[in-house]
Amino acid sequence: MSDYNFAYLDEQTKRMIRRAILKGLAIPGYQVPFASREMPMPYGWGTGGVQVSAATLTPDDTLKVIDQGADDTTNAVSIRKFFEKTAKVAVTERTAEATIIQTRHRIPEEDLTEDQILVYQVPIPEPLRFLEPSEVETRKMHALEEYGLMHVKLYEDIARHGEISTAYAYPVKVEDRYVMDPSPIPKFDNPKLEMAGIQLFGAGREQRIYALPPYTRVVSLDFEDHPFERTRAQEDCGLCGAGDSYLDEVIMDDAGARMFVCSDTDYCRARREAGHRGAMAGEGEAFA
Amino acid sequence: MKDMSVQDRPLLRVEGLTKFYGGRIGCEGVGFDLWPGEVMGIVGESGSGKTTLLNCLAGHLAPDAGRVLFDLDGEAVDTVTMSEPARRKLGRTDWAFVHQHAADGLRMNVSAGGNVGERLMAVGARHYGDIRASALDWIERVEIPGDRIDDRPTAFSGGMRQRLQIARNLVTGPRLVFMDEPTGGLDVSVQARLLDLLRGLVREMGLSAIIVTHDLAVVRLLADRLMVMKDGHVVETGLTDQVLDDPQHGYTQLLVSSVLQV
Amino acid sequence: MIRIENLSKTFTLHNQGSAVIPVMAKAHLSVAPGECVALTGSSGAGKSTLMRMIYGNYLAAAGSIHIGETDIVTATPREILRLRRHTLGYVSQFLRVVPRVPTREVVAEPLLVTGTGRQDAFARAESLLARLNIPERLWSLSPTTFSGGEQQRVNIARGFAYDYPALLLDEPTASLDAQNRETVLRLIEEARDRGAAIVGIFHDEAARERLCDREVDVTAFRPERAA
Repeated sequence: MSDYNFAYLDEQTKRMIRRAILKGLAIPGYQVPFASREMPMPYGWGTGGVQVSAATLTPDDTLKVIDQGADDTTNAVSIRKFFEKTAKVAVTERTAEATIIQTRHRIPEEDLTEDQILVYQVPIPEPLRFLEPSEVETRKMHALEEYGLMHVKLYEDIARHGEISTAYAYPVKVEDRYVMDPSPIPKFDNPKLEMAGIQLFGAGREQRIYALPPYTRVVSLDFEDHPFERTRAQEDCGLCGAGDSYLDEVIMDDAGARMFVCSDTDYCRARREAGHRGAMAGEGEAFA
Repeated sequence: MKDMSVQDRPLLRVEGLTKFYGGRIGCEGVGFDLWPGEVMGIVGESGSGKTTLLNCLAGHLAPDAGRVLFDLDGEAVDTVTMSEPARRKLGRTDWAFVHQHAADGLRMNVSAGGNVGERLMAVGARHYGDIRASALDWIERVEIPGDRIDDRPTAFSGGMRQRLQIARNLVTGPRLVFMDEPTGGLDVSVQARLLDLLRGLVREMGLSAIIVTHDLAVVRLLADRLMVMKDGHVVETGLTDQVLDDPQHGYTQLLVSSVLQV
Repeated sequence: MIRIENLSKTFTLHNQGSAVIPVMAKAHLSVAPGECVALTGSSGAGKSTLMRMIYGNYLAAAGSIHIGETDIVTATPREILRLRRHTLGYVSQFLRVVPRVPTREVVAEPLLVTGTGRQDAFARAESLLARLNIPERLWSLSPTTFSGGEQQRVNIARGFAYDYPALLLDEPTASLDAQNRETVLRLIEEARDRGAAIVGIFHDEAARERLCDREVDVTAFRPERAA
């Protein structure tokens, strides 16, 4: 045999993963154990997301891969190439054109539709792990909905920093039942977790898959007197002028000059193509 | 202070509690009543089964036989056969457990305030300001300076850790506290301070408590009643001062006479 | 108020060849409300043993000790605890308290545990401490650091804080100066006159004559005599 099976994994493995995905969709927010396979990439590079994508892809799909919102980073490029080679599916950088989007650390700015699936790469799926090292104990806590500990983490934040300083992987409660780690997305993205698309979360090293079906209620945990706040840099995108997108800070030179740009490169590009210009667009175009 | 005659039901009724480790006896056929506001001491040497008994009572170990009936809103509920969620809930509300080693009862990587606040958050408190105020109140009640509220227990002395553990346990106003050698491993002067604190809290809150210890001076000061265990069996029970001053069983006599002066 | 019938006591020393030592047999004693009875007899005759048995500190081998309606010999620990709280007071020679508790609180404790409000309890405690010449500056300190005489007086104040219907006194006036001795005798008279049944051990003969209606020689309860 000279060729790869479609999307690298053998059919039995994909079937096993699909069963985990279906179970995850049936119990939103619940971490389903699965037999994670060795992938031709190191743990931490998205082995969980890649396996979920592989089990989800069909030959007709169009795949987009982003890392920190960008299509052109090493991780995104290599995973995209991996599936181009092993599944021979169409790929795109345009959010709207993709049927499956694998992501690390971001939700695209553009709203997803019911025809789209968002696959997250997850390093540590257990939101309680920060304070409770025992897996036996955390499973029991989930089973019995004992989630007081989750607020201890937020309490510690406020006690130390005066506010809930958790800026990413901000814990959420799904359909008023399971507390879930949304993967290390910025908390700016948390409200977007309630969406039309299907969201699948894959943790390769930890061997867990969990999911959010479309339109699932997802509430960010908080205190009555310290409500959840969506935060972003108080700037407009230097390239496209967007004032509503999540921004990356880019250091320009050794003197500390900096600019803020959309972390979602496709969103930024589309805005610029539509004629929007940011304050530093001239300089930006020069090196873009 | 509740008058004992007001409530004429035991808070805890233990019947025939038995635990085997394979063929070896952990504890066998233990029974007693504990009344509201009462403190009972369980003494005996290492291996006498007192810690096994305490863990069976507190739901940490499943006994092989027997019942542990706890008074919940006037109804005696068997905590051995109750569902695990209900028992765990009891452990966060009406019951408290003070471990010998504070590190077993505290989260060492969480601030003192977070440690005390956890039980409040576990029962649904969601107002940071209120949680912190309660935590501060309790930290000061156990004589830890309020400005240490954001320090982790790793930065505390042994005595402070143990007091923090007590604050963490009592913040939700439990009715029954289990204590496993609460003064073990502490300096004598630190012990005295802890004992005094415990006595005050027990009286002010009308707490019932079961204290396992091998230290007869501790039970002399804290316990109303005493149970003496040997080889997994209760060999003598009675008023604390009576058991210590006029012990009836040979083992108790040996135990009492082995101590320099209680 | 206090009625003792056929009371006997043995000590069994399990670790010394299970030696059984009878120390008292067929003891009888009855004390009415408002009556003060002195226990007499030479040292070792069993005065303290009898007092301890009445208080429930020593177990009886046989017989009965009724305090009001309760028989100490057959009572449960809980009943004895309640009795000690509400009915039966005991003033021993030695103060045994938890370190660090302020004197004022030590004295007020018997009132606090029976439901007296803090303010009233402390007021009563302070008036007793004042009568017994404990300087006010010491009230907020723990008595553990006091002199022997001061500790004894704190202990007496504590014993008289609550108006027990029955009172056991073990050498209450021993080694007190004249003025404090007088105060303690007054306290005992007040208790007797309000109707307390009192059993006491007094080596102080003058005190015995002044306070007691009767004397009971416990030597009569020695097992060899009774046999």
